Amino acid sequence: MNQANKILKWFVSDSFIVSLAAIVLGLLLGAVVMLVGGYNPIEAYAALVTRVFGSAYGIGEMLRETAPLLLTGLAVAFAFRAGMFNIGAEGQVLMGMTGASIIAITLPGIPTGLHMILAVIFGALFGGVWAGIAGFLKAKRGVNEVITTIMLNWIALFLSNYIVRTFLLLKGDQRSENIPASASASIDWLSSAMNNARVHWGIPVAFLAAVFFYYFLWKTKQGFELRAVGSNADAAHYAGINVGRNIVKAMFISGVFAGLAGAFEVLGVFHYQAIYSASPGYGFNGIAVALLGMNHPFGVMAGAALFGTLSYGSGGMSFEAGVPPEIIQIVIGSIIFFIAAQGIVRFVIKPFYGKRKKEKVL
Amino acid sequence: MAAETPVVELKQITKRFPGIVANDSISIKLHKGEIHALLGENGAGKSTLMNILFGLYQPDEGHIEINGAPVAIDSPNKANELGIGMVHQHFKLVQPFTVTENIILGMEPSKAGGQIDYKTASEKVKKLSDQYGFHINPNARIEDISVGMQQRVEILKTLYRGANILIFDEPTAVLTPQEILELIEIMRRLVAEGKSIILITHKLKEIMSVSDTVTIIRRGKVIDTVKTAETSPFELAEKMVGRNVSFKVDKKPAAPGEKVVEISGVTVKNKDGIAMLDGMTFDVRRGEIVGVAGVDGNGQTELIEALSGLRKIDSGSIKLGGREIGGQTPRKIFEAGVGHIPEDRHKHGLVLDFSVSENMVLESYYKEPYTKRGFLNFRAINELASRLVSSFDVRTPSIQTKARSLSGGNQQKAIIAREINKNPDFLIAAQPTRGLDVGAIEFVQSQLIQQRDQGKAVLLVSFELDEILNVSDRIVVVYEGKVIGEVRPEETNDQELGLMMAGSKQGGHMHESSK
Repeated sequence: MNQANKILKWFVSDSFIVSLAAIVLGLLLGAVVMLVGGYNPIEAYAALVTRVFGSAYGIGEMLRETAPLLLTGLAVAFAFRAGMFNIGAEGQVLMGMTGASIIAITLPGIPTGLHMILAVIFGALFGGVWAGIAGFLKAKRGVNEVITTIMLNWIALFLSNYIVRTFLLLKGDQRSENIPASASASIDWLSSAMNNARVHWGIPVAFLAAVFFYYFLWKTKQGFELRAVGSNADAAHYAGINVGRNIVKAMFISGVFAGLAGAFEVLGVFHYQAIYSASPGYGFNGIAVALLGMNHPFGVMAGAALFGTLSYGSGGMSFEAGVPPEIIQIVIGSIIFFIAAQGIVRFVIKPFYGKRKKEKVL
Repeated sequence: MAAETPVVELKQITKRFPGIVANDSISIKLHKGEIHALLGENGAGKSTLMNILFGLYQPDEGHIEINGAPVAIDSPNKANELGIGMVHQHFKLVQPFTVTENIILGMEPSKAGGQIDYKTASEKVKKLSDQYGFHINPNARIEDISVGMQQRVEILKTLYRGANILIFDEPTAVLTPQEILELIEIMRRLVAEGKSIILITHKLKEIMSVSDTVTIIRRGKVIDTVKTAETSPFELAEKMVGRNVSFKVDKKPAAPGEKVVEISGVTVKNKDGIAMLDGMTFDVRRGEIVGVAGVDGNGQTELIEALSGLRKIDSGSIKLGGREIGGQTPRKIFEAGVGHIPEDRHKHGLVLDFSVSENMVLESYYKEPYTKRGFLNFRAINELASRLVSSFDVRTPSIQTKARSLSGGNQQKAIIAREINKNPDFLIAAQPTRGLDVGAIEFVQSQLIQQRDQGKAVLLVSFELDEILNVSDRIVVVYEGKVIGEVRPEETNDQELGLMMAGSKQGGHMHESSK
């Protein structure tokens, strides 16, 4: 009863309504752009929805698209809750890929399943340590994590390319050898039930990670410390909390989320690691997802699902309605814009819910 | 005087917020050349009223007249146009800018070609500064000048914009005793030049010394308007809080026991290698309150930080019950039995975005029963919070309310509740009553005395001399990081203390460490 009330309250909460309005405004703006370009937006959006929800395959692929967005979104949001801006999820994803690839390719012969789990753990650790470096530098030397994580992104890109090229290369190709079946994270039975959609264990893991995020941060002792450090590091220090250790810990956990994203992309989707000429962009999308989800794990979940739907569905738009899929980038961009510029959204929706009492008093 | 048209008249101003009436039919007249004090507890509705006058809020009922003509003040710009200037409690200055740049901000005079005419501007600032005796260098950077000077810049800013009616919002909260005297001088000079002043404060002493008229507000209503000359601090305090207030702190003579805290030769250097604490030595005994008197910046902050573990000490020793605690982590020091009411409650005392109940366990969250097997036990936490909130009378809508939305007095009560609940052997109270109103001050001070009576050692650091004199059992005077003298409150007075605080040793008994 109480729980139901809580959920109901959340649905009429300010942040929920504003987010919803921002999404609607973003879709409308995309529609306007399509009209200007001479396309039919209704047809386009219908094609988008059909592509995603019209078949089991579509749903599976949408989830596949969502999983890394969710994990990198959680990575950014988690660091943010501890008072840091982790721009480096991108590099942490790459390190996660690399960690997983190394275990998967260089250690054949480990039993199926165990091999995959080991590779996932290594990928997560690689990501965690990579972010932990930035945390350590901040805690010990006061170096701003924004700077270090950006620099670490580039190091991660070239380091992982170097590792793939030197140790894991498939001769004559710009990618690693295929990972052995024993390390695959694909869920084969589900995949065949969904017309070979590339569903993998990373999808449930991503959702569990959001739940973990919630419980860890709001229900545990360590989460209490992280939040205290994130909201007021001086007061945390005064209260006897070791601020430096919590900064490193928060960055490590944040990096683990991103590392998981990378590991599952290699083990569950591609089954090899590519040599990237430029960063693939998972981590940067994670920043947008975290922003959309207002740094709350369940918000991030919704944000990732939305982005996953839009970006996977955009393929349908171009195929069915002839709308260039880049249009969807405009929609995503404007949704982010409206979320960030909440003042505009509140202004637009004011006539619709101006009756609500929202005055705050001291 | 009564026949003269008031420069500002607020007529039956009513302002409602959901759930409360912040201003209930308030009428006030401000005459030309008058200092009119607005007295009331925190949350009485003074700020709301002034925000209405300054155009930040619109009244639900009633109206404002300036020089007898009704006006609608719908924005601070409009207020400026009408000659109303506000000197905010928290300065609104750009730190790296110069005085002149800050003053002209938003209305920069320009030469042909769009360049800012700094020369004319700084001459005008200089002229205004001289006219009112501000002694301000128009080309100094804000970050390089003292808080008192910064406040003068705020005042100049309003004068530059042609203000005739100045609103001072708690102007003395951030000033040293010396700066307060200078501010009072400036205010007198302003009214002598024909300005009119509204002074918002809850400090009775200032009201008595500077104002002509006092309007007392309680719970959004005007209780009375009286001539300062015809009233007394007691009468004002009683009207403000609605009951009798005793100024003389009620306490039994102290019965000091054995030494609990021994501070000897503690030296703390800042980043530039300057000794902020320079061989500080004194002790605090069981069952006594030791007051630390001194002008701000003579090592008080460093002393508190060293005692509570927020800062490493460079040499010397701090012993608690015979055990060395100098240089240990804050948690070790807390666990050894030190409670600390911090100087800056927003920076150190509370996590403002945490709920009241989370703040109550800020230092004990990791212990049983608040944490069980790594998980927070909200039942135990909430039980503790409810108990503390009710026994220390912290007024909050609920224990889940964010600390940010509590008033200053209630935030301080919450901190005190938490610290006293730890049952410490040694309680450090740094500026515990800063920014609080009379009722809350009384509460805080009586809590300190109660702790003393229970045999705790209490260290009180305060810039309010009255508080030091009234509450302490023994006073150590600090100057440039050293104890320069030690006196008993009943054997001294504020003049003598003032002299000692300024670095003169005469009158004070030499401290034992300096023999």
